[in-house]
Amino acid sequence: MAMAMTIRNAASRRAMNPISADFSLRSMSSWWKNVEPAPKDPILGVTEAFLADPSPDKVNVGVGAYRDDNGKPVVLECVREAERRIAGSSFMEYLPMGGSVKMVEETLKLAYGDDSEFIKDKRIAAVQALSGTGACRLFADFQKRFCPGSQIYIPVPTWSNHHNIWRDADVPQKTYHYYHPETKGLNFSGLMDDVKNAPEGSFFLLHACAHNPTGVDPTDEQWREISQLFKAKKHFAFFDMAYQGFASGDPARDAKSIRIFLEDGHHIGISQSYAKNMGLYGQRVGCLSVLCEDEKQAVTVKSQLQQLARPMYSNPPLHGAQIVSTILGDPELKSLWLKEVKIMADRIIGMRTTLRESLEKLGSPLSWEHVTKQWANTKTG
Amino acid sequence: MASSMLSLGSTSLLPREVNKDKLKLGTSGSNPFLKAKSFSRVTMTVAVKPSRFEGITMAPPDPILGVSEAFKADTNELKLNLGVGAYRTEELQPYVLNVVKKAENLMLERGDNKEYLPIEGLAAFNKATAELLFGAGHPVIKEQKVATIQGLSGTGSLRLAAALIERYFPGAKVLISAPTWGNHKNIFNDAKVPWSEYRYYDPKTIGLDFEGMIADIKEAPEGSFILLHGCAHNPTGIDPTPEQWVKIADVIQEKNHIPFFDVAYQGFASGSLDEDAASVRLFADRGMEFFVAQSYSKNLGLYAERIGAINVVCSSADAATRVKSQLKRIARPMYSNPPVHGARIVANVVGDAAMFGEWKAEMEMMAGRIKTVRQKLYDSLVSKDKSGKDWSFILKQIGMFSFTGLNKAQSDNMTNKWHVYMTKDGRISLAGLSLAKCEYLADAIIDSYHNVS
Repeated sequence: MAMAMTIRNAASRRAMNPISADFSLRSMSSWWKNVEPAPKDPILGVTEAFLADPSPDKVNVGVGAYRDDNGKPVVLECVREAERRIAGSSFMEYLPMGGSVKMVEETLKLAYGDDSEFIKDKRIAAVQALSGTGACRLFADFQKRFCPGSQIYIPVPTWSNHHNIWRDADVPQKTYHYYHPETKGLNFSGLMDDVKNAPEGSFFLLHACAHNPTGVDPTDEQWREISQLFKAKKHFAFFDMAYQGFASGDPARDAKSIRIFLEDGHHIGISQSYAKNMGLYGQRVGCLSVLCEDEKQAVTVKSQLQQLARPMYSNPPLHGAQIVSTILGDPELKSLWLKEVKIMADRIIGMRTTLRESLEKLGSPLSWEHVTKQWANTKTG
Repeated sequence: MASSMLSLGSTSLLPREVNKDKLKLGTSGSNPFLKAKSFSRVTMTVAVKPSRFEGITMAPPDPILGVSEAFKADTNELKLNLGVGAYRTEELQPYVLNVVKKAENLMLERGDNKEYLPIEGLAAFNKATAELLFGAGHPVIKEQKVATIQGLSGTGSLRLAAALIERYFPGAKVLISAPTWGNHKNIFNDAKVPWSEYRYYDPKTIGLDFEGMIADIKEAPEGSFILLHGCAHNPTGIDPTPEQWVKIADVIQEKNHIPFFDVAYQGFASGSLDEDAASVRLFADRGMEFFVAQSYSKNLGLYAERIGAINVVCSSADAATRVKSQLKRIARPMYSNPPVHGARIVANVVGDAAMFGEWKAEMEMMAGRIKTVRQKLYDSLVSKDKSGKDWSFILKQIGMFSFTGLNKAQSDNMTNKWHVYMTKDGRISLAGLSLAKCEYLADAIIDSYHNVS
């Protein structure tokens, strides 16, 4: 059965030369003449340059992946043990489109709380996603499909890929004030003004903890104010939580912003990633969840999230999900994980302190207190 | 192709007709995914605000998963699940290749780290997969004319290519076979690439409608993309002959179309990796520019690890470099970089001569079992059916699937009377059939064919 669709001309979105319709001239030359080299990824380009540098003193502080004190990648003990247990597994058949049920269950507990009423009442539509990127992208596509007139408010600055994600999902973007260069802290009044001035019912992207790239987080009190204003404006809060456990060393503590919004009755969305806090970077394990009115709606929304995933990758990869559910499903392994997360977070916090002290000892006339302050908010709130 | 995915040529995923009332959410008046908002609701108290997601309707159930679910619920001991598009042993158990277990243990011993792959995936995998497809000595490989990036199995690789087409060939259409794997339509729909069908399956012969296929390809606007199954067509099992492939290549070149191969069964169709790549290599030999999506779900049994690749054969190394960079730009906002586990397994297996040899042997074994089962089914049909009907299509078809020629009512009879679970288009998966059950299946098919209309 033939079905032709009209297309929107995507070329106007980008500065590109679409291939002309005069194909007869093309027989001896390439279809790809008009394809220009893409710009280097601003984050990966740093690592490429680092690798090419022959100097023995080189330091890579571009990489967004945890390193030990010798600058080496780390695989957590709990992960190695989980892998030993699952190696040579006789199960490699497709996961369901929504991914590993067990992994998703454990992941929701981390974000919403072990005893969350929302989990008990089955009000959360949740699917396994391709790490944080995949979760954000699924949400962006979902937003486009079901709230087609909406925009997304993104903080300035943010992880650069956020812009790519909502752009490729065809959702228009606006920004809101976040970083305050003068104080190297949060521009709270600017943020609140932007939240207030946004049209009612706007979608906002929030970093749940350990804001990337600034490291600047609102205090608990500030989160409460933000939540109240969101309520008044009926905004939708989408949390990107890529560092739960990494900010303070305590996953429950790091989910505080989310818990505040949940207490205030918001129906939120959350992207979660195990890339950093379980060191599973390359395994691409994460989760997208959307809190709904009731169980029926959660089932419906989940079905639509799966419908978006199917033509993108059919179903998500198994290995990383198995590692996560093995660890979180075993009390001993889970406890080992929590210890290891705290070690990683503590090492980073220690580095902040050492860096700041070294700069001050060297007699720098500038203030370096923001280096430790950017973490401190997570402890004192 | 994924058994859990659609294989039907028909309808359940087409956007439903909705009434054109203005929806409260969004500005589009006829979004097929939202039902019209009812404004006659009871007024809610202030504390409960209406959900943003009010208008969202339930997505249709997957027609293939439904088959497996019904099969599970059936308590009859004769039941047979021929919906599954995943290889099963003679005992009808899932199968993890020995060589995969070996590779995983090796990886565990080595203690590989879990760092991010680059956006384009594992370099060793990309090299191995392109060489497997084209042959390591092929000019397109030696002259670096292939842009290869690791993708999320076949689906993900197809989607990357579809997104590239949408971006760089706005207005161009993809032609897909009638029928084809159900998810093809979803992929092009979500990538906003228009598509239409070319004739393929001929129900009268239970074979290829070759003239229809050529005519439809010829008629398509110049510069269209033609989606071809490299081998073991899903869902029919009907492949063009080598001579027919030559003619297909001729007409595609004549019309300046761009071929787009989906290769999900290399090695699985005939048992030989090289033989199953013959169609792709024919096109590469002619110096054509084209796409090839690959999957290791079936031939290495890596279903759940989502490992595959998209290859774009270009006329120059420079074009390949540029195309590769743009594929990366599409992947980055989709998932940043692909999962490492499956890629490492493939790279290890292909990179070690002994393991590669073992893989080839296991693949021959799997393909061999399917061929044996086809033969036994054919023999059973011929010996039991006295009507003189020609069942030879079973032997002519290739790969995991067979289009039996049974219509929906007959397929229903297969399920309701005989407890044989299959899809309504008449497709059976031979991967789910054992030698022991061939005679029973033959009885079911004969009964359904002759006694039900």
